[in-house]
Amino acid sequence: MKTPILKQGPYLIASLQDELTDTDLLQLQDTLVEQVGRFRSRGVILDVTMLDVMDSFATRTLRNMVQAVSLRGAEAVIVGIRPEVAFAMVQLGLDLRLSGVQTTLDLEEALVMLDHQGQGWGRHG
Amino acid sequence: MAEVVRVAIRSDADIVMVRQQARVLAKELGFSASDLTLIATALSELARNIVDYAGQGEIILSLINQGGHRGLVIIARDNGPGITDIERAMQDGYSTGKGLGMGLPGTRRLMDEFEISSGMGQGTTVKVTKWAR
Repeated sequence: MKTPILKQGPYLIASLQDELTDTDLLQLQDTLVEQVGRFRSRGVILDVTMLDVMDSFATRTLRNMVQAVSLRGAEAVIVGIRPEVAFAMVQLGLDLRLSGVQTTLDLEEALVMLDHQGQGWGRHG
Repeated sequence: MAEVVRVAIRSDADIVMVRQQARVLAKELGFSASDLTLIATALSELARNIVDYAGQGEIILSLINQGGHRGLVIIARDNGPGITDIERAMQDGYSTGKGLGMGLPGTRRLMDEFEISSGMGQGTTVKVTKWAR
C-alpha cells in the first residue's frame, strides 16, 4: 500500500495508512528522503493518526526516517499518536526510542512548530 | 464458546492480517480500545519474531472461558532455530536479530500471562493471554 505524500509549500505531509506492512514503511522511508531533496523541503510531517498499532519495527523505522530527513537538512515531526497507541508504546518500552523526536498532537500544531523553527534561518529573506 | 482461528505466518503482510483477525475476535469479548491495541501490538511483535527468526510459523487465536472469566489466548509457534538463552531473550534490549530487543519482554508487559518454551533446534512456542475485564 502506498503512503500518500502531500506537498504543502516547503513541507511534505505523509499520511501513514492503517494496515501498513513493514515493506510499505521501508518504501516510504526511501521515498521521503528522496523527495526532501527533490522538492527542497524544509519540513516533513509524519501523520500517524490512522495507525492503530505502533510496534517496535514501526517505531524504529519512524525514528530512522526522522533522523535521515534531518541529515538531509529538513525538520521532521511525528503527528497524532493515538492515546491507546501511546499507552501501548510505553508498556512495550518504546517511548524512549522516540526521545529527541518532535511530536505534536495534530497537523495544525505541527505546521505552527515548523513555521516557527523555519523563521530562525530567514526563509522569507 | 470455542472459537479458534489459525493464521499461517510467512511474510510481513501476514503480520497485518493476523492483527485484523485478532481485533475481530477480541471485540467479541468486549475488550476496551486500549486493550485491543495492547493485544494487536503484542501480536505484531510475536508474528514479526516468527518472520524474522524462523521464516514461517503459525499463530493460533482462541477465546477461552474459565469459570466465567473470559479471555483471548494467542499461541505463536514456529519450527525455527529456537532460542538458546531464553533468560537473555527476555531482557530488554537483547537481540540476536535486527530487532530492538523489545519484542519478547515487551510482549510480556502488554499481556496478562506469558509462557515460552524453546530450545536450540526445537523451534519456539509462545503462549500469551489477555483477560477481558
